[in-house]
Order: sequence, then structure tokens, then C-alpha cells
Amino acid sequence: MKKLFGFIQKEFRHIFRDYRTLLIITGMPVAQVLIFGFAISTDVRQAPVAVLDYSRDVETARLADKIFASGYFRFAGALTGAGAIEPAFRQGKARMVIVFGNDFAQQIQSGQGFPVQLVADASDANIARLLTGYMQSIMADYLQTSRSFPQGVIPETKMLYNPGMRSVYMFVPGIICLLLMLLSCIMTSVSIAREKELGTMEVLLASSLRPVQIIFGKVIPYVAIAFTVGLVVLAMGYTVFRLPVAGNLCLLLGECLLYILLSLSIGLLISTVTRTQQTALMVSMFVMFLPAILLSGFIYPIANMPAPLQWLSAVMPPRWFIVIIKNIMLKGAGLAHVWKETLILAGMTAFFLTMSIRKLMVNG
Amino acid sequence: MNTVIHTHHLTKCFGTFTAVEDLSFKVARGEIFGFLGANGAGKTTAIRMLCGLLKPTSGAASVAGFNVFTQSEQIKRHIGYMCQRFSLYEDLTVAENIAFYGGIYGLSRKEIRLRSEQLYARIDLAHARHTLIRDLPLGWRQKLAFLSSLLHRPEIVFLDEPTSGVDPITRRQFWNLIYETAEEGITVFVTTHYMDEAEYCHRVLVMVAGRMAALDSPEALKRQYGATGMNEVFLALVRSEQP
Amino acid sequence: MKYALRVLFILIQKEFKQIFRNRSLLPVIFVVPMLQLLILPLAATFEMKEIRMHVADLDCSPQSRALTERFAGSPFFRLVNVSQSYAAAGEDITGNRADMSLEIPPHFERDLSREGAAKVHLTVNAINSSAAALANAYSLSIIGGFHAQPSVPASPAGVAGLAEEQFWYNPRLDYPTYMVPGILVMLVAIIGLFLSSINMVREKEIGTMEQINVTPIRKYQLITGKFFPFWVFALIDATIGLLLARLVYGIPVAGSIALIYLLLVTFLLAILGVGLFFSAISRTQQQAMFMAWFFVMVFVLLSGLFTPVESMPGWARGFNTINPFAYGIKAVRMVMLKGSSFADVQREFYALLAYAAITLSLAVNRYKKTA
Repeated sequence: MKKLFGFIQKEFRHIFRDYRTLLIITGMPVAQVLIFGFAISTDVRQAPVAVLDYSRDVETARLADKIFASGYFRFAGALTGAGAIEPAFRQGKARMVIVFGNDFAQQIQSGQGFPVQLVADASDANIARLLTGYMQSIMADYLQTSRSFPQGVIPETKMLYNPGMRSVYMFVPGIICLLLMLLSCIMTSVSIAREKELGTMEVLLASSLRPVQIIFGKVIPYVAIAFTVGLVVLAMGYTVFRLPVAGNLCLLLGECLLYILLSLSIGLLISTVTRTQQTALMVSMFVMFLPAILLSGFIYPIANMPAPLQWLSAVMPPRWFIVIIKNIMLKGAGLAHVWKETLILAGMTAFFLTMSIRKLMVNG
Repeated sequence: MNTVIHTHHLTKCFGTFTAVEDLSFKVARGEIFGFLGANGAGKTTAIRMLCGLLKPTSGAASVAGFNVFTQSEQIKRHIGYMCQRFSLYEDLTVAENIAFYGGIYGLSRKEIRLRSEQLYARIDLAHARHTLIRDLPLGWRQKLAFLSSLLHRPEIVFLDEPTSGVDPITRRQFWNLIYETAEEGITVFVTTHYMDEAEYCHRVLVMVAGRMAALDSPEALKRQYGATGMNEVFLALVRSEQP
Repeated sequence: MKYALRVLFILIQKEFKQIFRNRSLLPVIFVVPMLQLLILPLAATFEMKEIRMHVADLDCSPQSRALTERFAGSPFFRLVNVSQSYAAAGEDITGNRADMSLEIPPHFERDLSREGAAKVHLTVNAINSSAAALANAYSLSIIGGFHAQPSVPASPAGVAGLAEEQFWYNPRLDYPTYMVPGILVMLVAIIGLFLSSINMVREKEIGTMEQINVTPIRKYQLITGKFFPFWVFALIDATIGLLLARLVYGIPVAGSIALIYLLLVTFLLAILGVGLFFSAISRTQQQAMFMAWFFVMVFVLLSGLFTPVESMPGWARGFNTINPFAYGIKAVRMVMLKGSSFADVQREFYALLAYAAITLSLAVNRYKKTA
């Protein structure tokens, strides 16, 4: 035990001596959370929309006003005929064109129909979908209020957990998950690969320390660093991005710790199967980076993916942690609501740790 | 005497720390010049300045007739260097390493083939030409690294602690190679902290804490300090320099 | 001249040998990116396949059931539960079993027939605000349709909203077509960047760099020797990727193939320049790696590949003028999908060319043969 303690101390000293790397390790995630928290968003904001109005009556003007007052869309000009739509798209002047049919006001009043057509530039299918969705919801809202007296079914919508409809609620927790995982994974995998490359790993293995002790000695300093970074970025989420922490803070931190352990143990496994830092890095960054972004539900909701990809996403640790962190922070859920995800993360941690200890013993 | 290395008050500071101070000496063609000192005495700093890897802070020096301040690239054409750490690529074979180093000195394919055959014959390595350096014993690696640094027939070869960690028999063989090289007229500038090796040099320069403490042939030094071996000379010098 | 070329050749040959000898690295360079290209573009969609809906019907009348039926009949919604309790609905949303709930209060039918109007409540999990906005829009249009023609069931074709929608250039809203070229460009860039950023500093760490520095090799020769192999690898990857795009996703190159390669070659030069620059200024591989990682994360996520550039604040959009990924992805997409000519992408091309010139000269400049 005393030996282990000395070993951990040595590891800490190593890390703190190289303050340049330490600064990079801790400073970068903080900078990234700031950059992405502000920049990554799927909010529709001032999208250019042109209008082709065949009615030119009070109601189309009222609807257009409502649309352009929403802040989602920007008026990109009035078109004179259907032939003008193509050029508007090609020159990139408009993302979407609203076409009001004849006798708009009359058809609305009589309840005969809704003569509006939305023509979207769908070369980016995702943006086209977002824009038409927002537009439809403004139109539905318009129809509700356009009637002089309340009539029919009047829906009232409550936006739960995120009444301000802020994108940061979606993306900041995701970014935190992503960064914590990549950071922990890279730190560990590279540090062990480095010892191998410089030949010092053999010295360690030949020492009287047991493989388990070596692994703990290597991992514990990084747990401390990653957890500190985790605390800082969570605090930033709370102060800079005004994310609520509706649930139990201790539970949140505990889950963070579990997740960090899991990420470190993945890094550990990578480092035991690679010989050079180069390969360790390529595996931990390259193999993990894209799937972690795309299959974790960070940007694209998992429910929308084709079924095989949904299964594949089940092996991505951030997929589960994102659910946990959102549930605890935003919904205020307790362990009762996240026990399943927690269990999965714990299982993964146990699996990866056992695998890497085994590997190390065989090699050693 | 045909001087190939000439330094005059050569000094190198890193910030406030003076690694090498006021170094002045001459080395003649074909000489085996030993550079002695404890770890951290400034040997590697001095050798790196002479090889054009490090800009001196002050003083003057010329190597193979070129100024170390202004002509470091010309110097590099005329010297060979074997650095302290492994200078061979572990993931390349013996033949590939030779072809690589010969190639970047501009040797033709034919010359490389010819010289590598000579090299194999000289240290009996022909059987291992397709072995990865990683799988070669340390002694072989060091001998190979030395001969690789001679591929382009330099005027001077700098060896930085070439024998550290090598067994006594290989060290003996290594020194035989050094003698052969010097006989061909190539100057050998070698640093070491093995005092017995100092005896093999024509002249030795002893460095203590960045300064030159003595410069003479091993016999003359032993006589001067009334010592039986270079080890005693060295201890005497260290004691007198650091009271 | 002959000597200079020969030295270059020797350097390049050596790098190739080392890479081919590294058995664990090769699959990472060639197999992993292609697998990712095959799988990942399919994940990148905002399409709302099914919104999981909990209906809390406290009225239990024919009218309330008719409204519920309309949601059940819509292809956009899946009823996960129909209950008589608001609390149960809330519990399903908190437990992540439902995305939204429709709460129909008691006396819904009575109010509707007596007063001609009745309220219902929609509760949407709005953590993902854009998905919530879509879910809300779809629900409002279904409810709006119910008001207009309560007896007619919602059209099975699945018209999402009130207004008719037309999607030009891509009527089936096929998203991989748009994602594949972008992801392809990103993958080849990541390979090139990671390999080049580690390479020189790796030699520094191992110690062979010192040996190289003492040879009469020229700085530009070394840098060229270092980037050329990675350039080739990345281009091979790009070629395989273009073939996969064609064969698997059925995306042909609409424009000129030569133009695509011209763009990729220039783009990769810029990226490799960045990598070598990182390598030249770092002391350990770890430092170089973290810089490369930071660079990739920031530039990829800000390039608009995954989230729309329109949604970003002004400074982030301004930042994209120095983002090689933004130029590369945009230009390759234009040529691949729209068949743009050189004239259409020349702005991007020259930007990348300038980028390459700057980063490569920085790399040559920062690489010091003398300490």
C-alpha cells in the first residue's frame, strides 16, 4: 500500500512537472465548452425567406409580419413569379420561399383551406426540415389567433424543462460528456503508451508492484485531473450558460466520477493493445471521436436513427451519460430515474478494467 | 599540425545558467580527442555547439574550417555525429538504416551498396542486414550507429557517450573501430565518463562544472598528478576545482 | 538539383516503410475511416421519425378518442400510453419514455359542443429545443386539422403541417447525400492532421531527430519528406471514400473528378501544414496530439457540417473565414452534388491555397535545426 502511494505520488509529480501539457489538458476543454456552448446550436435564427404572394391581402401581410417578427426568419425579398424561386435558391439568397395562393383571406375566414405552400431548398435536408417545422408551427399559431372568437380545439403548449427553448440545454451537457470522455481516454492511453515507447514500462512491470497497482497508480492522478476539469466545466454550465442543477448535486458528481472512470478504463485498454503513442492516439481519438459525436445523441437524436445504428449507439458510453446528466441537471431526476443508465456505465467500467488488467498481466 | 577543430573562449549560457564557459582548444587531424567529465559537466552542450546543433552564446569556434556561428550547414556536410540516444530507426532494418543515412548525405545507390558491404564485412553483420534494429543487441546497434555516421567519409566524427551501457568486450571492439578510423585520417572526438576509456585517447580534455580543468595526453596528466590511472587524475581535478 | 530530389526520395521512402511496418496503424488509417463513412452519415438526421406521445384523456368521450385517434394515425407520432392521469403523463416524460403528452381535460366534448371551443394541453420535453419545436408544430397542425374536419382521419401520407411542403433539389429529403461528402472530407483531414502532427515530434522524442539535424538536409526537404506520405495516404482514403459514396450511397460526382482532386490536394496541403506546424512547436507527442485534437474539434464543429452555420452567432460565422474545413467541405460538396465548375469554387480554392502556403511556410520556419 505504501509502495502504491509512492508510485501515485511519482505519477502526480510527472504530470505537474510538465506544466505545459497540463495547461493544454485543462485549458482546452474549458475553451471548448465556451466555444461550443455559444456556437453549436440548431436554433433557427434569421434564416433568409422570400415571399411569393398571389393574394396580396391584409391577411397575408399579417401572417408575413408574424413570421418575420418571430426572429427565426429574415425577409429576403418578394418574388414576382414562380420562375424567380430557382434563381433565389441558386444564388443562395433564400433558403425557403413562402407561396401564398389566391384569395388567402377569404379561404381562411371561410375555413375552406389553407392555401400556402412552403418551398424549401433541401440540398441540406436537415436544415430544410428544421425551417419548415418552425414555419409550420408559426402558421398553426397564426391560425389559432386569426379567428375572431375562440373556436374548436384550443391547444396550449407547455415547454417542459426548457421554457426559453434554449439550445444550450441540449448541447452543453453533450459537449461536457464528449470532452470528458475524449480527454480521459487520451490522457491515459497516451501516458501508458509513452512509458512503453520510452522503455520505462518494462522497469515498472519488473518492479515489485502488481499490475493492478500499476494501473491504479497510473489512473488515479488522471481521475483527479479529469474530475477537476469536470467540476470546472459543470460550474461553467451553471454560471455561463445558466443551466439549472435541478437534481441532487452529489448524485451528479458521483455519476461524473463513474463516467470518468469508464473513459479512463477505455483509454487503459487501448494503451495495453498498442505499442506506440501514435497508434494509441489514433485509436482513442479517431475511433472514438466521430462515433462519440454522431452516435451519442449529442447532436442527432438517437430515436431518429435507423435501427441498427440505434443498437450500435448502445455501446457508446456518452449516449448513456448524456441521458443521465440531462435527467439530473434539467429534469431533476433522482437515482430512481437513471439507475438503468448508471448500471450500464458501471458494467462497462468493470468490463474494460478487467480486460486491461488481464492484458497487462499477460504482457507482463 | 593540421588543425580541424579550433575553439576560442567558447561559452554557452541557458538563461542565467552557464553550461560551458570559456572553452579554448585545438584538435589535430587524425587525433582521438577525449572529452571527459561527470554527467552534467557540459560535455553534450559543447559537442552540440561544435556540430552546429546549438548556437554558442559567445566566443569563436571553427570546425573543418567553417565557423560554427555562420556556417553550421557547411559543417554538417563534413562531420559525422552519433548522439547519446539511439540514432537509428528501430522500426527499420539494418540495411534500410544504412541506405537512409547514406542517402540523405547524397551518396549514390552504387556507393551505398559498396559501403554497406564494407561495413558488414568490418563488423561481421552481413547475416543481420534484414533484421530490425529493435531486434538487434545494444552492442551491435552502437557499432552500427558509429559506422553509419562514417558512411559519407566525414573529416571529423563526434561520438557522444557511444559506449554507455555496453558490455566490456563490445567496448573493446568499439575502441578498435575508433583506432581504425583515426588511422584513416578521420578525427575522432569522443565524450565519455568511463575513465579507463580515457587512456585510449591521444589527448583528453577534462571538464568540471562547465569549465576546462585540464588538457593533455593521458600519460602527461598521470605524470603531472602522480596518478596510476585516469580515474585518480579525474578525482584530483574535481577536488581541486570544487574545494 | 538531382541531389535534392534524391534526398527527398530517400526521406519519403523511409516514412512509407515505417508506416507499412506499423501493423496496428494501418487499419486505423484505411479501415476505420471507411467503416465510419459507411455507417455514420446515416446517423446524421434531424428527421422526426416518431414522436413518443402519452395521451392523458380525462374526458373519455367519443370526441376525445377521435382526437387521440388522429395522433395515433399520424406517421409522426407513436402513442406509448393512453391514461387518465396527468401525473402518469408527467412521469413518462421524466422517465424518458415519452417525448410529449397531450392532456385532454374533463368536459372536453361538452365544452366543444356547447361553446364551440375546448382547451387541450400539450407538454413537450423541450431539452432539445429544435426537436420540441417540430413536435409542437406537428401536433398543432393535427389539432388544427381536427378542428377543420373532425370526422376525416388525418391523411396517411403524413402531411406534417398546415401548409403544403415542397423540397427542391432533394424531394425525398435524403440526408446521407449531403452528409457523405462532408464526412469524407473531414475523415481524410483528420487522418492527415493526426499523422503529420505526431510525426516530427515523435522523432524528437525518440532521439532520431537530432541525428537528422546534424546532416546537411534542408528544412524544406525534411518538411516535404514528412508531409508527402500522409498526403498520399489521405488521397488514397479519399479515393476509396469517393468510390464508396458512389457504390453504397449512389452519390456520383456531378462535377469534374479532376476538380475534386484539385480541391482535396490543396485542402490536404493546408491541413498537413497545420499538423507539421504543431509538430514543430511541441516538445512531446502528447502536446502535439492535444493541439491537433483541439484544432479538429473546433474547426469541424464550427464548419457547419453537423449544425447549421446560420444558427451560430456572428463571431463564430466570422471565425469560419479562417476555417479550412469550412472551405474544403463547402467546395467539395458543391462540385460533388451540384456539379459546380472551377469558377464557382475558386474563392474556396484560393483560400485553401493561401492557407496551405501560410501553414507550410510556418512549419518550415518553426522547425529549427539549431536550438
